Amino acid sequence: MSKPLHDQSLRELSASLRTKQVSAVEVAQHFLARIQADTSGSFLALNEEATLAQAKAADARLAAGTGGCLEGVPLAHKDVFVTRDFATTAGSKMLQGYRSPFDATVVQKLGGSLDGAAGMVTLGKLNCDEFAMGSSNENSAYGSVKNPWNAARIPGGSSGGSAAAVAARLTPAATSTDTGGSIRQPASFCGITGIKPTYGRASRYGMIAYASSLDQAGPMARSAEDCALLLSAMCGPDVDRDATSLDVPAENFSAHLNDSLQGVRIGIPKEFFGDGLASDVRTAIDAALKQLEALGAKLVPIALPRTELSIPVYYIIAPAEASSNLSRFDGVKFGHRAKDFTDLVDMYKKTRAEGFGEEVKRRIMTGAYVLSHGYYDAYYLQAQKIRRMIADDFQRAFAECDVIAGPVAPTVAWQLGEKADDPVANYLADIFTLPASLAGLPGMSLPVGLGEAKMPVGLQLIGNYLQESKLLNVAHQFQMNTDFHTAKPEGLS
Amino acid sequence: MSKLVQGYEVVIGFETHAQLSTQSKIFSRAPTAFGAEANTQACAVDMALPGTLPVMNVGAVQRAIEFGLAVNSHIAERSIFARKNYFYPDLPKGYQISQFEIPVVQGGEVSFFLQEGKETVRKTVRLVRAHLEEDAGKSLHEDFVGQSGIDLNRAGTPLLEIVTEPDMRSSEEAVAYAKELHKIVTWIGICDGNMQEGSFRCDANVSVRKPGAPLGTRREIKNLNSFKFMQQAIDFEVRWQIEQIEDGHAIEQATVLFDPDTGETRAMRTKEDAADYRYFPDPDLPPLVIAREWVDRVKSEMAELPRVMAERFVGDYALPDYDATTLTQSKAMAAYFEATAKACGQPKLASNWIMGEVSRRLNAADVGFDNLPVSSAQLGALIQRIHDGTISNNAGKEVFDALWQNATAVLDNSKALAEVDALIEAKGLKQMNDTGALEAIIDEVLAANPKNVEEFKAGNAKALNGLVGPIMKASKGKANPAQVNALLMKKLGS
Repeated sequence: MSKPLHDQSLRELSASLRTKQVSAVEVAQHFLARIQADTSGSFLALNEEATLAQAKAADARLAAGTGGCLEGVPLAHKDVFVTRDFATTAGSKMLQGYRSPFDATVVQKLGGSLDGAAGMVTLGKLNCDEFAMGSSNENSAYGSVKNPWNAARIPGGSSGGSAAAVAARLTPAATSTDTGGSIRQPASFCGITGIKPTYGRASRYGMIAYASSLDQAGPMARSAEDCALLLSAMCGPDVDRDATSLDVPAENFSAHLNDSLQGVRIGIPKEFFGDGLASDVRTAIDAALKQLEALGAKLVPIALPRTELSIPVYYIIAPAEASSNLSRFDGVKFGHRAKDFTDLVDMYKKTRAEGFGEEVKRRIMTGAYVLSHGYYDAYYLQAQKIRRMIADDFQRAFAECDVIAGPVAPTVAWQLGEKADDPVANYLADIFTLPASLAGLPGMSLPVGLGEAKMPVGLQLIGNYLQESKLLNVAHQFQMNTDFHTAKPEGLS
Repeated sequence: MSKLVQGYEVVIGFETHAQLSTQSKIFSRAPTAFGAEANTQACAVDMALPGTLPVMNVGAVQRAIEFGLAVNSHIAERSIFARKNYFYPDLPKGYQISQFEIPVVQGGEVSFFLQEGKETVRKTVRLVRAHLEEDAGKSLHEDFVGQSGIDLNRAGTPLLEIVTEPDMRSSEEAVAYAKELHKIVTWIGICDGNMQEGSFRCDANVSVRKPGAPLGTRREIKNLNSFKFMQQAIDFEVRWQIEQIEDGHAIEQATVLFDPDTGETRAMRTKEDAADYRYFPDPDLPPLVIAREWVDRVKSEMAELPRVMAERFVGDYALPDYDATTLTQSKAMAAYFEATAKACGQPKLASNWIMGEVSRRLNAADVGFDNLPVSSAQLGALIQRIHDGTISNNAGKEVFDALWQNATAVLDNSKALAEVDALIEAKGLKQMNDTGALEAIIDEVLAANPKNVEEFKAGNAKALNGLVGPIMKASKGKANPAQVNALLMKKLGS
């Protein structure tokens, strides 16, 4: 008896489809049935008709032998990627029911509507913190998401729906976005694998902007091997639609998965292992590092001296950009518009007061403040200077190592509601993911054990620019020798 | 010393928005066509739909470089796009993409000639900068009762905002600057210059001060879309400001609009309501990097600039500065002059004719040089016949009129000459070259006007005019005025 479809890797699913053991429609139906039965709140939008139509088209291409690299394999998109076939809300009331007239570049590249695309079938849209602002998915206007490992805990954020759906085997793969850790932290909290590539690798066109200079799309799946397949399909230049898209050719990120780790230098930043790090997380991380050493890697102590500064720097720059990016949600052209208003200014005020949630409003206010006349130099400009210094620190570190490793987050996933009224506590928990985001470096998370309350712990790997292959190589070699990535939450079918 | 108004010196600076002549918008691929049905020229990017991003239109940058080269500016190797944040329904993103701290074109100058009394004076206005930015859409208030419509066709149209130092000292200077700038942008083809359609919009910053005093507080007159209104608006504003100051009121910094119906300026908003635009570098657009080679290539491909051409006219054709500047008002005019000068070999005569009779006729008929019914070959032939004494200048106007009416626009030089000769013959315009007959007329006129002869001999040179007139009349205009003069002088013994 073969593995259930939802336990198959992308490569296995792809093989099953190509050898006609199963049709794309059957695969889609299998996952749709699991989604229907699920109560975690991961999915925001389904469109069975569209999904099955995509699956039928995939089957036709499979039959004709013209399919893409992941033809017929299903996935789901974080709700910040605009889609024609599904409503796109970005987790906000502001965009309730919004239907985009176009697909995001990432959606196109992974889907089946374009020549040369991967041919994947979209199952639906995934819950996230409103406009990707948050680390617990509790800022979604459509409710929080339950962590598959423990329904009383958060899945992390902002890509909480993506991580939870992959962990719960509701989809074999998901897109996600990372601005300050929104791929790595939920991947870590849900015990799956996720990678944020170098800033500019994946097109931002059609990704609803939170903080433009930081936002980066990436895949989530159960293994590094799956992530490599997805990342290869997602990335590539899109310079005609995204001016920040890197003009470097698409890469086969699977090419170096099996390279030996012999002599690979792994930098261990001492700032990631201070008092703030919970002991259960530390134990799991230390064990993982030992495992990597056993595989031939060399651990090298390094310093990232401005790690702590990355919190204020990030919480100035990201809100500044967000305050401007979210100005288009004004009730004039699309999205929510207040029902009763007296004049234009009243319409703006009521629309935005009603349409945005607390955290989004908080960041818009912060951002408007740090950009305002008289404060710009002291906050925004200063933050940009330190941001450059943080990037320089990484370059000094990479002179001594090939990859940096450490925890993704100081703790495992916390209880739902635990920090809901304490924004600063949420911000502080981002400390280990923010530095790589600010520097635009690739980073990933892979499961390396369980901590407190049997909640997953993720190991973070950070690479130099365009060194995604190196990260995936280290992660894959680790996963070839361990089985944390195949561990299932208790009670999951 | 600049001209004073009631003892006050007028200080004017300009901000001009020139719409760049690209086919598509500055950050999207939507067309820039004017006058289309509302919202048919706006794509997802122009409408700021979620997920859309701006991508720089290289054509707009190219035009900014061309402008910078035309006015001797520094083209920044690296300039920055910034967001100007404010809410308005016709501003779809809630911010305008512009350039703030580091613009693409830095410095430069615009020179022009100005008539001051009888003198022609050369003026130079220094430019601070010119930067690229996008236009907003339009609010339509007329067609909707109790509501406003939004037309985003214009949203994202590329603009070059050209900013001067406060170098102008009168409304005449300001208008002359604006006309010269208009000439430059249309000459190099980066802007169609259509002021009615808003392709060339000027804002004038106006202040007054006592000579030697620091700059006064300025008020900005927005959206001056005709040269006529520009002068009226500035003149009104200057009088108003002086009145205020004389009445003991301080001028408050404000933005004002000119109402052509009342001829008055009216404040739209004062500094207190000035928004904090929260400018910051646009993270969606990397710095605009312009390699030296790009600038060099543009330079080598650019048409001869008006001021360079004017200098060449002075050198090659021995024209006065004024003529050279006037003739280089437009490419078509300059080309017409050069062709005419070459056809007749008489550049100064050609210049006089083109600045005079030809321009007069064109203005009266509201036609441009590119639609002139008289070819340069024909005008050249005509001038040739004036120069060689076949016809008088006045008779030449008759020939010109005939050529205009016939509108044959013959291009071949010898055919044109034959045509002009035939017209002269048919109209009997040939000058009297028979010295004997002319002398007879002169003798008759001298005898009939003894008083003028006496006065001339007593030293009143003007009395000669009283003699030339009747001689020309008696010759039915065919006498060669130069010959008449020479014979008169001889006969009057001076």
